[in-house]
Amino acid sequence: MAAATHAAAPQRDLKRFAWPIGYVAVILFLFFLYFQILPSLVKPVSAPVLAWLPVATINECLMWAIMALGLNVVVGYAGLLDLGYVAFWALGGYTAGWLMAFPFNWSWDFHLLSPVKATTPGTHINFWLVCIAAGILCSILGLFIGAPTLRLRGDYLALVTLGFGEVITQFFRNSGDIAGFNLANGDPGIGPIDPIGTGPLGAAGIAPPLLTNSAAGNVWKILVLGLLVGICIFVSLRIREGRLGRAWLALREDELAASMMGVPLVRVKLLAYAVGAFFGGIGGVANASAITTAVSPSGFDFGKSVLVLLMVVLGGMGNVWGVTIGAFLLSWLNSNGLKQIGVQIDSFAGTDLAASLPRYNYVILGLLLVLMMLFRREGLIPESRTKALMSMPSRTEAESLGADSLEAEAETDAVEHSDAKADAKIAHSADVMAGAASAPSPSPRREDES
Amino acid sequence: MATASLVVGGTQRKAKVRLGPLVERVLAYAVLAGILIWFVANLVANPDRFIGSLLVGLQNGLLYALVALGYTMVYGIVELINFAHGDLFMLTTIIAAGLMVSLLGVGQVTVVTILPLLLALVVCMAAGGFINMSAEFLAYRKLRSAPKLAPLMTAVGLSFIFRGIAQQEYVNGSAQKNWPITWGGPQVEGVFIYKLLMVVAVTVPLLLLMTWIVSRTKMGKAMRAVAQDQDGARLMGINVNGTISFVFGLGGALAGAAGVLYFLCQTQTYYDTGTQLGLIAFTSAVLGGIGNLTGAVVGGVAIGVVQAMNEGGAYGLGSDWSQSVVFAILIILMVFKPEGIFGRPTTEKV
Repeated sequence: MAAATHAAAPQRDLKRFAWPIGYVAVILFLFFLYFQILPSLVKPVSAPVLAWLPVATINECLMWAIMALGLNVVVGYAGLLDLGYVAFWALGGYTAGWLMAFPFNWSWDFHLLSPVKATTPGTHINFWLVCIAAGILCSILGLFIGAPTLRLRGDYLALVTLGFGEVITQFFRNSGDIAGFNLANGDPGIGPIDPIGTGPLGAAGIAPPLLTNSAAGNVWKILVLGLLVGICIFVSLRIREGRLGRAWLALREDELAASMMGVPLVRVKLLAYAVGAFFGGIGGVANASAITTAVSPSGFDFGKSVLVLLMVVLGGMGNVWGVTIGAFLLSWLNSNGLKQIGVQIDSFAGTDLAASLPRYNYVILGLLLVLMMLFRREGLIPESRTKALMSMPSRTEAESLGADSLEAEAETDAVEHSDAKADAKIAHSADVMAGAASAPSPSPRREDES
Repeated sequence: MATASLVVGGTQRKAKVRLGPLVERVLAYAVLAGILIWFVANLVANPDRFIGSLLVGLQNGLLYALVALGYTMVYGIVELINFAHGDLFMLTTIIAAGLMVSLLGVGQVTVVTILPLLLALVVCMAAGGFINMSAEFLAYRKLRSAPKLAPLMTAVGLSFIFRGIAQQEYVNGSAQKNWPITWGGPQVEGVFIYKLLMVVAVTVPLLLLMTWIVSRTKMGKAMRAVAQDQDGARLMGINVNGTISFVFGLGGALAGAAGVLYFLCQTQTYYDTGTQLGLIAFTSAVLGGIGNLTGAVVGGVAIGVVQAMNEGGAYGLGSDWSQSVVFAILIILMVFKPEGIFGRPTTEKV
């Protein structure tokens, strides 16, 4: 076994490192673009770039990418439609509000590796620890909403999650007085929330010690949020390859068949919720700490859930890269793009769209969702698996063509094809085994590949 | 050896969480008993408020029933939860407001306003039916053979479009809009009797009409046939597309009627009404057993009464928590009786 993996290693290793290198290159390029290149350029060159793609928008895009990757686990991988994903975003944000903000209710002071001054009152915990705490809290919440919906089919599930998203907002809206206890300050919300600290970099004077919403802070946030997105992408990709990921895909294609093949539905579904919620919690903390610097219930409406869902659908459900790009596109459109397009049209046509176009963002986003569903259901960058499924004629279509034979033919083709592949694999591994006959492990099967 | 590895794979695990039928039944009865005790406690503590809440509950419940019927019929025929239905209802409240207050100048609701009311009903029902049928024609029809997720997301997109339209300043704006409509006449425990009468007078005939259409007419027969088996119905010479269109139109018309009544009762319009009321109405439909018309009505009234009791009763949590209460009902229902009161448990076929 060890020998087999070693023999195949050189080829796989290069491929394995391809995307992290590319990703780090992109993030570093973005960082240096705003840190070094743009300020040194003349105004006519840098101004349009800054107008179309300000640093704050990049940060927002990165934050939304975390959310979209999280929802992608639930909707794209496991096929469980979640319309209340905003709940995790909200809970993550409020965790940040509880653990890294000036007190609104509690009288104790507590500091843990926090970048803010030690004399500041309130609870102040390090950003990364809060991320983990929020992730865990949200996972538990995810298990809680997952549990009663396990017996439901997809459409009921969507409604229960929608209801859950609505109720969590209501909960935080009423949280100023829960049986006389002020849990989360009700409608005004909690703020200001601590910015991200830079630790040693800040101490060395390279970066500002606190990444506030200033020009300098925003540039450095690209790196922090980029790292978070990178972790999310890594986890998404790795999980998909593993046993759990394949169980999710099976669940998505056909729940009944999956359970017949021995996929433990309860555990797999709950884990999908928990993992998706973990990402959502991190996204919530990132949003509260780096983007809005305050949390209030009015920010967590149904529209946000649909926005994230749209990112997943637009990019291509199940495809990590598609989803990331979908998140970038839509959050850019939502925060800056529509306005900028309006400005551009105005300068050509002399209209007044810059002010009115952003107001139509709900209509435009809804229209986009409907059109995507009608004309390109697989998304901009579809998963290879989905593409194959979509190109196959549906059963009724094939039957109406009077072509049971056609289906049979396709099946034989598939079997032969897969056989050829498997044969090659077996032959290859046989060669390897023959080459290393003294391999210590007699079993060529890895547990997760059986 | 082989069987042992299968167990690790999880084949012998149960696919669904079941606490055992007996425990489940006992728990379900406990929940029912709890609700009953809560009602009795409310009655004993403050009979006046109990009566008032009951009347408000009836009034709202009938409106919920109208909206729930739209959900339940569409679900019954194409197995789609029409998320946009609540927002369609919201649009009709805005149409009703514009028509009655801005165009016809209704201020005080009296006997004279029956004519504008009838006009608004006709217009809003037509508008609701038209919008719903167009949505079906433009969006859902092409997705009928697509995976379940696709029409569901289309519905979400449509609901987003409706909300976006309502949020425009020239339609309704992002804030709640209060309209100058006043009610007169006798009151019982703060409930305007004429309001209740109006709701009953409009809703009950509509519900009877609906039952008649579904159970007695040729179209109703076609609807039931299409709901059972679309291909079979097509082979029998039924116009499947036309029938489904008709059902969407019917649902939209009911939502339109509910929109007029809701606007007159609440005298305000808000772009988010659809999400909130849609959730309530859907819960009603599930409570009664989705696909079942009588069930939707019973469920709507039941939810209306529970919600009103929560808001106005002596032991209620207040209107701040009404969404949460409805949602709790939905969850409890999902756990104990997903098929609803009148529904039959379904088994999945391969």
